[in-house]
Amino acid sequence: MPDANAERRPAGELEASVLAALWAAQGPLTPAEVQHTLPAGLARTTVTTILSRLHEKGAVARTRSGRGYAYTPTEDSPGLTARRMHTELEKLEKEEDRSTVLARFVSQLSDHDERLLRELLEGDSS
Amino acid sequence: MIYAVWLPFLLPLIAVPAARRIAEALAPRPAAWLLTATTVALALCSTAALALLVVAGALLLPPVAAIGDLIKPLAGGNVLLTGLAAGAAAALLCFGATVLVRTVRRQTAELCEARRLMGRPKAGDLSVLRDGRPDAYALPGRPGRIVVTTGMLQALEPVEREALFAHERAHLSGRHHLFLACAELAALCHPTLRSLRPSIGYALERWADESAADAVGDRSVAARAIGRAALAARSAPSPRPSAALAAAAGPVPRRVAALLDRRPAAARSRGRTVRGFAVVLLACLALSAGAAVEAGTDLHRSVETAQGESDN
Repeated sequence: MPDANAERRPAGELEASVLAALWAAQGPLTPAEVQHTLPAGLARTTVTTILSRLHEKGAVARTRSGRGYAYTPTEDSPGLTARRMHTELEKLEKEEDRSTVLARFVSQLSDHDERLLRELLEGDSS
Repeated sequence: MIYAVWLPFLLPLIAVPAARRIAEALAPRPAAWLLTATTVALALCSTAALALLVVAGALLLPPVAAIGDLIKPLAGGNVLLTGLAAGAAAALLCFGATVLVRTVRRQTAELCEARRLMGRPKAGDLSVLRDGRPDAYALPGRPGRIVVTTGMLQALEPVEREALFAHERAHLSGRHHLFLACAELAALCHPTLRSLRPSIGYALERWADESAADAVGDRSVAARAIGRAALAARSAPSPRPSAALAAAAGPVPRRVAALLDRRPAAARSRGRTVRGFAVVLLACLALSAGAAVEAGTDLHRSVETAQGESDN
């Protein structure tokens, strides 16, 4: 069911969501499959438009699939893994007591944190 | 020099715990502002006090006194004590300035290097790293971008990915890295202010969490996104240097609990206590700034006296 609010989101955010769906998938996705995995109810035509825009920018590759195309993501920075990125960045700061302006989504968990977190999430779903 | 000059060094000892207690009772956004403003204000006052000590001591030296047109020595105070304090203050200021410059350069270099490595994002504001370990962060700049690993994208449900993106976009649009930089630089000015860094970091994460909950329209989705991301990151071997971990509940369970609104009742401070701490904090800030100004005025007066101007 297309949702009018979803259509009004900035184009960049929609592109990010579509690309994320392709990266999270195990193989190539057709526009219909992408639309199906996206939480915000986007119209099929919108998804198709975003996919062709991503293809023009070189963010995705496409192969013929039936009457349309199936899409796979292409790498932004080939060969660059998070590990390498961190090693490169760590070369910059040898000092202990370091902090960074790169705000991480989640910090590390202790054993105690892990137990607590599982309890919280289980309590929420029940 | 009068005693006022020492106050800005001592008051953070009271102001910092008070600010933390108030922040616990505030919404994340005002909490982040309050903590950052407090740490910056206290850092400025103690730095100003150090500078005043240096000036007072420097005026004891004949060449400096000559430059200042002093025709008689500065009145009041013990010469030896003033000299010693000035020497120590000058050493601290030099050390602080060196570390400050190094920190600013390191953080700028880190950001530039991260941006250079990532290249330009091709899809909106999203850069994806092919890496099985779940990780995600906001990379500030113009325009800011979200860096996320394939491991993180695969660990989350579609709607949880939206929560993650909304969280990182809140960091970027709120320019949270500037708050973190202020916290970091202020901590270099006074050791007590170091303990405010994690509090500011936590308030910023909570601020972004609330924005994410608003964006997806469901607090428990945002809570699940954070919880699953943290658990997934834990099960994968970590590329990060493991920082010292506190035995008490770390920030992630507290963030999830706050979104699910299941904090223990004891964690909710009562209004009257918070107002009490607010009065203490305001008094400390006013006293700190007032003391720095008073010490400055006092020094100015004694310089004028020593220049031979009448002090009637």
